Amino acid sequence: MHALYISLVSEFYKSRKTLAFWAAILLPVIICGLISFGFYSDAEKIIARHYPPMVLWAHYSGAALGVMGFLIMPFYVIFMAFSVNNIEHKNDTWKMLFAQPLNKFSIYAAKYLYAVLLIFICLFLFATLTYAFGHLLQVLLPKLNFNQYNPLNILVNSYGKLFLSSLGILSLQFILSLLWSDFLKPMGIGFIGTIMGIITANVGWKYAYLIPYSLPALSLKMTKVKKGGDPLDFPVFTQEIWTSLIYAAILFIIGYFIVTKKSIK
Amino acid sequence: MGKYAIETVGLNFNFGNQVIVKDLSLQVPKGSIYGFLGPNGAGKTTTIKILLNLLKSPSDQVFIFGKEINSNRIATLKRIGALVEQPAIYGHLTGKENLINRCILLGIKKTKADEMLSLVGLTEAANKKASKYSLGMKQRLGIAQALISDPELLLLDEPTNGLDPNGIIEVRNLMIDLATKHQKTILVSSHLLAEIERTATHVGIINKGQLLFQGTINELHLLSKPMLEIEVDKIESASSLLTKSGYEIIAKTDRIITIPFTSSQKSGELNTLLIQNGFTVSSLYQQRKDLENLFLDITKTN
Repeated sequence: MHALYISLVSEFYKSRKTLAFWAAILLPVIICGLISFGFYSDAEKIIARHYPPMVLWAHYSGAALGVMGFLIMPFYVIFMAFSVNNIEHKNDTWKMLFAQPLNKFSIYAAKYLYAVLLIFICLFLFATLTYAFGHLLQVLLPKLNFNQYNPLNILVNSYGKLFLSSLGILSLQFILSLLWSDFLKPMGIGFIGTIMGIITANVGWKYAYLIPYSLPALSLKMTKVKKGGDPLDFPVFTQEIWTSLIYAAILFIIGYFIVTKKSIK
Repeated sequence: MGKYAIETVGLNFNFGNQVIVKDLSLQVPKGSIYGFLGPNGAGKTTTIKILLNLLKSPSDQVFIFGKEINSNRIATLKRIGALVEQPAIYGHLTGKENLINRCILLGIKKTKADEMLSLVGLTEAANKKASKYSLGMKQRLGIAQALISDPELLLLDEPTNGLDPNGIIEVRNLMIDLATKHQKTILVSSHLLAEIERTATHVGIINKGQLLFQGTINELHLLSKPMLEIEVDKIESASSLLTKSGYEIIAKTDRIITIPFTSSQKSGELNTLLIQNGFTVSSLYQQRKDLENLFLDITKTN
């Protein structure tokens, strides 16, 4: 446990000055900022439509969630999986890492957990900033009715689902980035996978849930469908989430065996 | 068992069908500076990686401080500091941050980083990005990383690679210091014998994965036979006179004849013989074949 902890601290120490780390913070700030700015400059039209408060929140948070679920989230996960491993490939430091008196599982698990943590921070910030900027808009434009509905449950559930449904992609991409030191191979496969995921999720193919890349989009689709009814009543642990978690667990274990067999030439 | 810091017993290692290390039996005594010599591609780096368990050895072939490496991986690695090939350095971190990261991984005090920086003379460059370091500075940082845990055994793979003459001397002195004052055992690989000759107490010569020589540096010296070089005029007639008188000529250039050295008295007699026959001997001296040539001989015959 101690080995896992110090490996995790070291991962943070190594990456704290890299884009990979800052992307987790900048991405939500920029996207939420842009959406809020869009709302602000378009405020008159929006106020004129007299949305009920819940729909207004849905409209507002959906802007970020939609673009995240379909496009940015898969690519962001691919990038995280890549950068956590690339830091060792680029500097040729795998041999140093595995020559430390730490068990190999801790080194591997710390890298994986660190990527999970970065994704979590990113999505947590998305939820928090959506909430905070919504209320900021309310202060700036008192005619809006953001304050008449509490969206926390929707936000937590949606981003929670997005987080869990992306773990399958993460494990898969993590293995690809572990095996290949270059950017193009994992990125290329990830790109094709994401396109496939978007298409299959959109056409509603029966087995789309078996493709890890389609899971974030699928998980959000379910959320939208249910929004007509009681928005607080959608289940978090749906088929997509379970599939994602099963993929994540199996691929995580396979990745560990790859690491133990990995010859450091 | 207790005598050796490193002992390998008939170690074999292959990459697929390619034999890299064959029946290697290293014996590195505790407290020694062991020069691990061989031409490029002889299997030195592979051997060092096996000693670090980066490459998995067959069981019961590699022992570090008497303990089998595969079944004592973590305990063994705690006692080893290593520099393998190019130093493993994160280019986007400063020299100091690289060392602090190592402190985090080893669970030691971060103040150790400053200590190491001054030891290898990088204090002024401590806050410079490591990617901006020169090759020599990177090499020194690599040595600092190897030393930071104060290990009993140091594995240094060509540590003077890329260093200027001053740097080479510094590393050499550092190694001698560590071995004599701090009782460390050092295994240092090189393809340059001249570099090892000054520091090593023991030598192992490897070529094509096989150990060709292992022993103390003095034992290596004994292998080289002394020669007598005679600088003389009229070289052709001089050499035929020597042959006629029963001397064996090993080599002949346009002004020097080389024969095996037997004793000073014999050398004197030979000088008298040449002078009595009207030759002018401008010099006559004993030459010990230097280790560089010996090394080439040993690795060539294999």
